[in-house]
Formats: sequence, C-alpha cells, structure tokens
Amino acid sequence: MRHFDRDIERLKELLLRMGAMVEDAMNESIRALLERDTAVAEKVIAADDSIDHMELEIDQHTIELIAKMQPAAVDLRFVAAAMKITPELERIADLAVDVCERAIELNREPPLKPLVDIPRLAMIAQDMVRQALDAFVRRDTVLARQVIDRDEEVDLLTEQSFRELLTYMLEDSRNISRAIRLTFIGKYFERMADGATNICEMVVYLAEGKVIKHSQ
Amino acid sequence: MPTMDVVIPTAEPKTDPRSSERATTATPPTKIEVRNFNFYYGDAKVLHDINLDIPDRQVTAFIGPSGCGKTTFLRSINRMNDIIPGARAEGRIAIDGKELYKPDVDVVALRRKVGMVFQKSNPFPKSIFENVAYGLRIGGLNDRRALDEVVERSLVRAALWDEVKDRLSDSAMALSGGQQQRVCIARALAVDPDILLMDEPASALDPIATQKIEELVYELKTNYTIVIVTHNMQQAARVSDRTAFFMLGKLVEYDDTNDIFMTPKQKLTEDYITGRFG
Repeated sequence: MRHFDRDIERLKELLLRMGAMVEDAMNESIRALLERDTAVAEKVIAADDSIDHMELEIDQHTIELIAKMQPAAVDLRFVAAAMKITPELERIADLAVDVCERAIELNREPPLKPLVDIPRLAMIAQDMVRQALDAFVRRDTVLARQVIDRDEEVDLLTEQSFRELLTYMLEDSRNISRAIRLTFIGKYFERMADGATNICEMVVYLAEGKVIKHSQ
Repeated sequence: MPTMDVVIPTAEPKTDPRSSERATTATPPTKIEVRNFNFYYGDAKVLHDINLDIPDRQVTAFIGPSGCGKTTFLRSINRMNDIIPGARAEGRIAIDGKELYKPDVDVVALRRKVGMVFQKSNPFPKSIFENVAYGLRIGGLNDRRALDEVVERSLVRAALWDEVKDRLSDSAMALSGGQQQRVCIARALAVDPDILLMDEPASALDPIATQKIEELVYELKTNYTIVIVTHNMQQAARVSDRTAFFMLGKLVEYDDTNDIFMTPKQKLTEDYITGRFG
C-alpha cells in the first residue's frame, strides 16, 4: 500500500468515526425528546465538543494531504468530498444539540400533545443520515440518489407538523411557547435531512465526477 | 516500462463540437491535425493510430510513462525523427491544413515554423546575442539593426531581456541552467515560429527556474501554439489547457486538462494520474 493510500484510508476512518459520533448524537437527541429525558439531553450537549474537535482534526488532515500529496482524479474528489462532508456532519450534530436544548425546555412543562409527525420526521431524518454515510462508505450512488429523493417527503411532513402546531397556538395562547419549540424541533430534523442530502450529492461527485447539486 | 496484458482504449477525435459538454465556450481552431498516425523504428511500431486535434494558441501537454511514445510523437510534429535511420511515419499530420509528410515539403522551412526546445539546454559556445541571432544569420539576415531588434524582442518574449541586456556579448555558456534554457527558447522564437515544441523543458532545472519557465509557457500561448512533453504531472496540470495521455504507443485519453485531472474517463488514465500503476 502506498504512503498516500494510507493517508486517504486514515482520512476515511476519521470521517467514519465522526459519522458514528454524529449518528449517536442524533439518536440520543430523539430519545431525549420522546422519552422526555433531560439527563440524556444534557449528555448529548456535553458530547458535542468532541465532535467539534473531530472536525478540526479532519480539516487539518485534509489540508496536509493536499499540501503534501497533490491528489488528482478520484483521490482529489475524495479529498474534496471529505472537506464538504465534514461541516455537514458537524452541522447535524449541532442540530441534535438544538433538539436537546428545546427538549430540556419542554420537559419543564407538561406535554402539549402526544407527538405524531415529529417522531416520524425524526426517524426519516435519522434513516437518511445513516444511509448517506453508508452510501459514502460504499460509494453507492444508487442509494445516494434514493436518499436525495426522500428530501421532499421530509419537507411535506415538516409543513404538515407546522400546520397542526399552528392550530394549537390559535386555540390557546398558553400553548404558544411549547408549540413554537416543537416547530423549531421539526425544522431541526428537516435540516438534518438536508445535511444528509448534501452528503449524498458529494457521494455522487466522488463516485461519478458529476455535480448534481442545484440541478433540480 | 509496465508490462501488462491490457487492451488500451484509444481516444477518438472529437470532430463534433456538440459531443463536448462545454460546447458553449468557443473552441479555438485546430492548428495541428493528426489522423491515423503510426510510427516505426525499423520493424518496431512505436506509435499506434494516433488521432487528435491540437488547438491554436493553447498549451497541450503530453503525459505518460517512459517509453510511451510521447517524445517520438512530439518529434514527429517537426520531422525531427527523419534523421534516425530506419524511422518511418505513416498517416497524416497537418499544420494549418498542410500535410507534413509529403515529399515536396521543405523540412528546413517546417522546422523554422515549428521550433523545438529540449530537456537539456543546448546553447552554442557563442555569445548570448549570437545564440539568439543564429537562426536569422543562417537564413541570410545580417543587417545589424534588424538583428538587434529581433534579438531584443525574442529575449523579451523569453523573459530573459532584463537579466542579460547589459551583457549580450558574454558567453551563453556562463549563464545559469534556467537562463540557458530561456536563451534556447529565445533562439527558437527568433525565427518567428507558429508552434513551439518543448520536450521536458524544465526537468533539469531547480524549482525557481522551473516556475519561470512555466510562467513563460503561460505567457507565450498568447502568440504561439505550444506542445509540451512532461514527466511532471503537476506541471501539466498547471500550464496546459489540454492534456493527452499516452501509454505503450497509444493515445489513451485526450481532453481538457481540468477533465483529465479531476474526472478522467479511462481507468488507465485515472491509475496513472493517481500514481497507482504497477
């Protein structure tokens, strides 16, 4: 194995480790929200520093790789994809932290209503992030495109959840603060799904050299 | 040289501009047209059915492993291989539509039009001035004012004038390697060529001199069509507009340099560019 291949392999390992940490943060944020568990939420918030640290480590490794190895062709696309995927992962982790912060605030009051759309939204977003990382590992553009196609479903569900929460706000002004927090949470999951979509666009670029971003 | 049992895909000429995804940007006219070109040293066939169009006033780089035929092909463009016993060309190379390998072609005039710069700088043991004026004197020009003018213009174009203008009568052999190479470029430019062939022009130079040559290549393409053979892939990526990848005497892929270095279409090109050969 070439020295350069080892560097690329190391970059891939770091990205996958970060991906696992982000998936974990996301799963736990959903648990904190659905089980109304403040302790879990606080753990997710505390763990975010190590994800941020991971981002810096990957950035450093990527820049060094470019400076020393001058990658070309598929290697260059891999490095470019890594540089674009890392901030997406970091953003998803930040959104999981946001979910946890809103969950802690919600736990201070009785539940507004049994949650229906938001858990569905969370599950789809979670699935999309997991599949995006799988697609990246396997350079599987079929799976990547399937993930991208689900983004519309997520948008519709977010909209539907917002409309329902709006009726609670119109009904009783005491519902507003909780309904707004839940609206935010819906939006956070929608943006995590956007992150998964962006990762999948980079997977297609990596594997096929095609830029499909902004093409629809 | 890699020995492997692979079928080397051969790049087809893109005759239909619509076949290019970047057809919207104006394609420069073709300066050198190559069709079904084969080359032999005795019985050994060293170039197989080469087809490509080299655009006017752009830099085209030839890359490939040692022995892939890139230098032989470069030398075919001004018939430098003619002097090798047993060498034989087949097929068509045309500059501005005029075929090179016809019996009535004036080879001396051709080489004036198609200048060449070699890997090792080869100034004559004469002054800087006489080195640059050499081709003109051979051509019968002896008027001092006219010579002064051309020598200055050529040295300016070769980005050497400011460094040598006060010592034109010094020996060219006393210059640094990078300066000697630029004297050779000035000498090639003095006879007013259209095309400049460069065979590894910077491989014997240090990084600073190399950078000067690369800058110069970039400047020169405003006025000249440049074909450069290089072993240094980053150099090809930096200076060229189009890149041709050769292997075992075949043209594997020929495309915009951006495409070759970011999204090559052939697996062989990808393996070579990323250093995964062997």
